[in-house]
Amino acid sequence: MYWKPELETMERDTLEALQLEGLKKSVTSAAKSVFYGNQFTKINLDPSSVLSLEDIRKIPFTTKDDLREAWPYGFLAVSKDELVRMHSSSGTTGRATVIFHTARDLESWTDLLARSMYMAGMRKTDVFQNMMTYGLFTGGLGFHYGAEKIGSLTIPVGAGNSRRQIQIMKDFETTAIHIIPSYALHLSEIFEEMGVDPRRDTKLRMAFLGAEPHTEKTRQKVEEFYGLRAFNSFGLSEMNGPGVAFECQYQMGMHLWEDNFFMEIIDPDTLETVADGIEGELVLTTLKREGMPILRYRTKDLTRIIPEPCQCGRTHRRIERIKGRTDDMMILKGVNIFPIQIEKKLMEIAEVGNNFLIILERDGYNDHMIVRVEVLKDFFSGDLKQLEALRKRITAELQSDILITPRVELVEPNSLPKTEGKAVRVIDNRKD
Amino acid sequence: MVAYQLSIFAENKPGRLAKVTSLMAAGKINIRAITISSSDAFGVINMLVDEPDRAHKILTEAGLTVSLKPVVAVVIPDKPGGLDNLIQLLSREEINIENAYGFVLESWEKAVFVVEIDQIDKTVAVLEAEKFETLDTEALSAIEPFHYMKY
Repeated sequence: MYWKPELETMERDTLEALQLEGLKKSVTSAAKSVFYGNQFTKINLDPSSVLSLEDIRKIPFTTKDDLREAWPYGFLAVSKDELVRMHSSSGTTGRATVIFHTARDLESWTDLLARSMYMAGMRKTDVFQNMMTYGLFTGGLGFHYGAEKIGSLTIPVGAGNSRRQIQIMKDFETTAIHIIPSYALHLSEIFEEMGVDPRRDTKLRMAFLGAEPHTEKTRQKVEEFYGLRAFNSFGLSEMNGPGVAFECQYQMGMHLWEDNFFMEIIDPDTLETVADGIEGELVLTTLKREGMPILRYRTKDLTRIIPEPCQCGRTHRRIERIKGRTDDMMILKGVNIFPIQIEKKLMEIAEVGNNFLIILERDGYNDHMIVRVEVLKDFFSGDLKQLEALRKRITAELQSDILITPRVELVEPNSLPKTEGKAVRVIDNRKD
Repeated sequence: MVAYQLSIFAENKPGRLAKVTSLMAAGKINIRAITISSSDAFGVINMLVDEPDRAHKILTEAGLTVSLKPVVAVVIPDKPGGLDNLIQLLSREEINIENAYGFVLESWEKAVFVVEIDQIDKTVAVLEAEKFETLDTEALSAIEPFHYMKY
């Protein structure tokens, strides 16, 4: 029932000793990177002064902005020749963060995925359909290699093309899928259109839901419609991608692989570490990554550590389902989007004002982004065609940057709420 | 002659037209003709009024997005073939109509056809050469639509 029994059920003392060893290595190798090298010099930190896990608090937090500023190679702890793979955070083009892997890094990542999928119950006998985007996005390739490592027949179908997905599920008797939760719900409508009942007409038995925070209710809906067990998975490209924390068969929180990552939960306001069981922002440190070690990375994801041991016998502590974010990042169809990206694009268009509002809606099982934009008075010539053309142009401009197609609505000047202080730019109406 | 039409940008939701008509009522502006074209979430209200400049000022001051747009208002006979004569002429001259609407002046006598076009000067010249009557703002505001008064 364990992929790596000795690691997964290791005594806490031994696990912590392993973590300390990893931490020391990570800090030492991070010092070789331009970013951490400069930082350590600035704060006068000697990597050899990290002698206990508590000593990690001597190290400043790393943020997404740091990763962007050091773009592209400022975080490398090895020579570029050692790298074999690049990935980037999902979605964004202008503000993407990139992560590099050595061959050993890919091996550990693959092992983490195999461990995670095996933990949820996937076996060699399964047929695995990977319905995630392949390419720079970590969700596709990450799971792909994990599934092959387990030995399951892996179908790299990628995202989209709903009818073909369903046909493949039927034809090749897919038993396990990896899918974005909102897409899983959307796909249920296509099943109905095609007159295919997943419970009756497919052999589906498990699903990995990932790349998008979702609620327990969404999981239940997916489980019910497809007649399978759906497992929550957590990851972020900065920490490889998927394979950071996964649910076991008890589906009560996600085991975070503590031999690979050191976790802290902090109060996002005071930045102080909080006790186990208290909700806060998850902060992660890579313990095994060679190419690009990242120390005390602020994930901006809100969760808490579940201190109680799990019935499954694994000693790696669990975190709760992600509750939300401490920043304004939106996740739509698995794509990360910041309001500032929209603002930046709109500001480049002369005919519109700076005032805009983003509304996220759930229409049936489909998530949409509506962008309301104020038209400048001077631009209006009384022509509907001109407005239509402008609307299309804004849509195309935004689509090129955020990779999903928003519904742009032109509104009258001064009709949107005024921006006083911190503007409310996003209204999220998505509910179960 | 050229007339002026008010075009108002309005979101497609209840109350937007009501705001415009209440402003016109309060300002004692007479609306001679009105059309609305909409596209999904927004639209344009087009109005011919008796005092376009004053109406423009009232609407703008109320915070609306308004544009004053030249249009050609052509008088045509209100009988079968009346409109066709005009349209055939515009077609022969390769004048493209962007938007149009019409209203009756005197039942079975006279109607007005209002056209938005991009070649406005050419259109006016062509219509004058063919003896079509075009109305300017002043003429529009003076027209007597109450045909029954003539009985």
